[in-house]
Amino acid sequence: MAPLTEMMMAGLVAAEDSHGGAIAFPILTMLVLVPIVGAVAVAISSKRRPEIAKLIALMTSVGVGAMSIWLLSSFEMGEAGFQFSSQHTWIEQWGISYHVGVDGISLFLVVLTGVLFPLAIVGIDPHHDEKPYLAWLLMLEAGVMGSFLSLDLFLFFIFFEIVLVPMYFLIGGWGYENRVYAATKFFLYTMFGSAFMLVGLIATAMLAREDLGRLTFDLVEIAEGANFAASTGRWLFFAFAIAFAVKVPIFPLHTWLPDAHTQAPTAGSVVLAGVMLKLGTYGFLRFGLYLFPEAAVWSRSLWLTLAVIGIIYGAIAATMQKDLKRLVAYSSVAHLGFIILGTFAFTSQAISGSVLQMVNHGVSTGALFLLVGMIYERRKTRQISELGGIQKVAPIFAAGFMIVMLSSIGVPGLNGFIGEYLILLGSFQTARWWTVVATAGVILAALYLLWAYQRVFHGEPDEDNAKFPELRVKEGLVLLPFIAAIVFTGVYPKPLLDRIEPSVDALVEHVVENSDFEHPDYGSQCGNFEADHEGEAAESHSDEPAEHDPADTNCAADKNGAHHDDDDEGEETGE
Amino acid sequence: MIDLVWLVPFFPLVGFLTILVVGRKLGEPKAGYLATAMVLLSFVTAVAVYLELLSRDSESRSEVVNIFSWVPVGDLQIDMAFLVDPLSSTMLLFVTGIGALIHLYSVGYMHGDPKFSKFFLYLNLFVLSMTLLVLGSNLLVTFLGWEGVGTCSYFLISFWHTKNANATAGKKAFVTNRVGDFGVMLAMFLAFGAVGSVDYAVINDSALAGTMTQATATGIAALLFVGAVGKSAQLPLYIWLPDAMAGPTPVSALIHAATMVTAGVFLMVRINPVLGAAADWVPMLIAWTGAITALFAATIALTQNDIKKVLAYSTVSQLGYMFLAVGTGAYVAAIFHMVTHAFFKALLFLGSGSVIHGMNDEQDMRKMGKLLKFMPITASTFIIGWLAIAGVPPFAGFWSKDEILLFALAESPALYVVGIVTAILTAFYMTRQVIMTFFGEQKWGSHANAEEAAHLEVDDAEASAVPEPVTHGAHGEFKPHESPPTMLLPLVVLAGLSMVGGIIQLPSLGFIPKSMQHKLLDWLHPLVEFGEGPEQRGIGEAVIKDTWAYDNKVLLIGIAVACAVIGIFGAYLVYEKKRIKPVEPELFASGWHYDRAISWFMGNPGRKGFQGVADFDGKVVDGTVNSVAALVRETSNQVRKGQTGYLRQYAGVIGLGVVLLLGWFVVIRGIL
Repeated sequence: MAPLTEMMMAGLVAAEDSHGGAIAFPILTMLVLVPIVGAVAVAISSKRRPEIAKLIALMTSVGVGAMSIWLLSSFEMGEAGFQFSSQHTWIEQWGISYHVGVDGISLFLVVLTGVLFPLAIVGIDPHHDEKPYLAWLLMLEAGVMGSFLSLDLFLFFIFFEIVLVPMYFLIGGWGYENRVYAATKFFLYTMFGSAFMLVGLIATAMLAREDLGRLTFDLVEIAEGANFAASTGRWLFFAFAIAFAVKVPIFPLHTWLPDAHTQAPTAGSVVLAGVMLKLGTYGFLRFGLYLFPEAAVWSRSLWLTLAVIGIIYGAIAATMQKDLKRLVAYSSVAHLGFIILGTFAFTSQAISGSVLQMVNHGVSTGALFLLVGMIYERRKTRQISELGGIQKVAPIFAAGFMIVMLSSIGVPGLNGFIGEYLILLGSFQTARWWTVVATAGVILAALYLLWAYQRVFHGEPDEDNAKFPELRVKEGLVLLPFIAAIVFTGVYPKPLLDRIEPSVDALVEHVVENSDFEHPDYGSQCGNFEADHEGEAAESHSDEPAEHDPADTNCAADKNGAHHDDDDEGEETGE
Repeated sequence: MIDLVWLVPFFPLVGFLTILVVGRKLGEPKAGYLATAMVLLSFVTAVAVYLELLSRDSESRSEVVNIFSWVPVGDLQIDMAFLVDPLSSTMLLFVTGIGALIHLYSVGYMHGDPKFSKFFLYLNLFVLSMTLLVLGSNLLVTFLGWEGVGTCSYFLISFWHTKNANATAGKKAFVTNRVGDFGVMLAMFLAFGAVGSVDYAVINDSALAGTMTQATATGIAALLFVGAVGKSAQLPLYIWLPDAMAGPTPVSALIHAATMVTAGVFLMVRINPVLGAAADWVPMLIAWTGAITALFAATIALTQNDIKKVLAYSTVSQLGYMFLAVGTGAYVAAIFHMVTHAFFKALLFLGSGSVIHGMNDEQDMRKMGKLLKFMPITASTFIIGWLAIAGVPPFAGFWSKDEILLFALAESPALYVVGIVTAILTAFYMTRQVIMTFFGEQKWGSHANAEEAAHLEVDDAEASAVPEPVTHGAHGEFKPHESPPTMLLPLVVLAGLSMVGGIIQLPSLGFIPKSMQHKLLDWLHPLVEFGEGPEQRGIGEAVIKDTWAYDNKVLLIGIAVACAVIGIFGAYLVYEKKRIKPVEPELFASGWHYDRAISWFMGNPGRKGFQGVADFDGKVVDGTVNSVAALVRETSNQVRKGQTGYLRQYAGVIGLGVVLLLGWFVVIRGIL
């Protein structure tokens, strides 16, 4: 597989050379290309010097991480459209081009991918055959990056499929007892979904030809220009949706996930939960809603229902798991249900929440798998019943686990809450009863995680658990960025939301314009008591800056966004 | 000065972070003193804010202090902002004041605990969360604090986590509270949909202006009440609070008596205009929930033998009084009782902690008695707390309970009767506790009664799944000892407050000077106007002016005092004089089997149902997937059998095919 990809990429680079003279620095292309080059370098490095392979992998992934951070810092805030995009003709006669770009929806997923891989490479030891392991991991990174950046249907499909291969080998080669079964199941299940997408995307391009006047696979062109008949659009939407539904996974297509997660090596689980599942939820937003808004609106009750079932069902199934890793896997089913719920609520808050929650879930669940991996390393078991009393012997380890767990439960002040809250608040406005049931899922999250925590960490340790080693410095350093992200996003999510929201708003607008879906009307019952009653409740005179006078924010919804850009941080607290 | 209100949560935050980083190095007792100092600084700030508010005229005592924009998405603009007004100021004063005292007490109480500094880490985090809860200018900031205190409560209940019962109690508290949080979250969503904001100012103003529909107001009020029921341990969600006594006693005093559990009452008062705009059944539901919980918990408290369990059920009962007040529109009385209750219940809990400390971790009152001699300061302060809660004038509890009962009668005689019966029971069980602990016979050291000793042994055997303390109350030679000064000082201060706390809201009686009446009402007044429609809005007692209850206030006071005396004297006859045999029905002792029924339900059908879902996933959902795979495999296996590799077989098949094709062409299509 590797040489093939290499050839393909060589073609791309050639294309870039011939057309890309004007582009300053093709950062997005580098994000995809550097890991591929790294993978090849690792693959051809000397077998007798595994440390060289490790060094190459490390440098590559850190380099990609640094580039993704740079991307984040130079991302233009308040822009809804794609940034850093570059487009080059690839297969001219079919209208396939190499088109990449990043917007608020994909930005943080790209950054998450960039940051997660070096941490996984540094933090987790595969124990054998390091060289191919690292090569596959870097290939995986390239595939994931490519999927998040592609703006061409065909290009996206290729990356979406490439991702499967390294993951298959990672699970099959470095996994646990049942790894071959799990890897095969994962591969076949996802391929099954992708087959529909392949048909769907070819049909989409073919059918869009009439409206566009030429054959093209370009996402933006089709989404903005094509006008599918409702029935056609619905078929096409479902072809894509099946692929994404398997990937997310949405109930009842989720059973590959617990097997894959449980059997995958720790790095595989971290990446799988951290970014790969997001290919599905991201796909729904980028290709489902954007390409086929009418069909998405038409079928929303189906998706909302499946999402809510996933939330409750995943949580209940998680509660009864005996294997810690399986428990976390089922919790992912529940968490991703929230993301799907928000996606099909079509409000700015809900979809922004979904995008944020994709990142949050990546961070929290990634960290949970990392911690479960550390437990396995120490105790060689994942069975909850064989663990116990660990907090007594390893309090720092337990504290780390606790923070990550609270984030996963959705305790305010940590990242998980912000995402969940926005999703539920936004969804409540357009999908009230689904949201009521989904909110009940929040209770269950506390139940299964706290129960698991109690059984693993509380109580008196038995002989085996009494020797549980405390968190090592290196492990702590790997865990620290996760915890920092968890706390930061929970306390100050504004920088993320400010970048996510414009693109989400544009998407919501796109859906509203191209379907019979209407914005909910917020704040219709808002009234200002000051009008008929003087000197009432919350007044704020004195030296308060006027823009934050609550009387001003009263009925803010009427002024629709008037409040937006004046948040100069209320810095009056400083002195 | 008001702009500096952020210092109130800031100091505990500093304490939390410092202990987080260097807590182990600080160790005992420095970490404890640091934490105490931080809360004390918060208290000082709170006092300064209070004085500043006091110096303004009553119309301009409400101010919003913005810290930063927290969750901004489109129409949803939620700021991290603090609302400083008389209500939050009142709450801050007693939260930080009592908080500081309990921190100081803990320095003595937690002496020698290996996790000494961690305890103060959690306590500071708790005070931080609690002040955020109180100060929030919108529902989300309050919810941040709300969940924060819940999480701290979880940490602290399961503080001694090696004992499984403690861990279970912590988990139970968290999950039960989450049921309530479900309501709070939905209330926020509903409010945002209706008024486009979760700010209290917008929500309350819309309710007052009448633009909020009754359906919305009903929804928001009822859903927030669900949250309040969870946090403030009312029926049917009270079950976590008695178990929460597994935590260290200062935690019980601070979190599970004085501050956190009153958050539900606070929230109801905070949104009182919405309650006013809601359908009538909501306040009625609140009042009856409170009244029934008060009575229900009091009956259970009659029969408890664990010194802390009595107080725990008593707390549930007293919180019921506060909801009774909220439901009858007596918001000031609710806050008044919240404050006095914080004084005397914190005092009682700390007193019980001092007893437990002096008795070497014994909590069973049947093994106490005659402690007055050995712990004079603890005993005398405890007695003050007892008089306060029993409703003996002029102690603090008398005044606040009396005001609640006045409003209850104005609303409905039935509510009043429930309240008054509860008052008798309260006086009775508290007297029982005081007698069993400080008077009566000495049950520790040596046994006057061999039979009882044997009985106690049996109890011990049953209860000794847990490691026994080194010197057990019922055995060995030891003398109970008085606690160290760090523990006694808070007791004395709280005893003083329990004596004079009623001064903040004295009723309008002839012999009380006008300037001393209704201080709290005057202070809170702009925030607690209510009624249906602007013309009917009234303040405080104005709404009940025309009722029979109001005209007969003095009679009501007489009845209340009589009830207290009946309760106290009854318990005196039963437990001290032993004239009457104690009646302690098993039904009460086991909490009406309610908790057990829930545990049974969760453990049996609940668990089986969950297991059923998990099995369904493995067998049906995944089974289908694997069957499809198996079907494909089987089919290919069958098809594969054709590929034998024998030339003759292939030739035969080809021949057969040719014949069939020819036959088809010839016979069916009629070619040739």
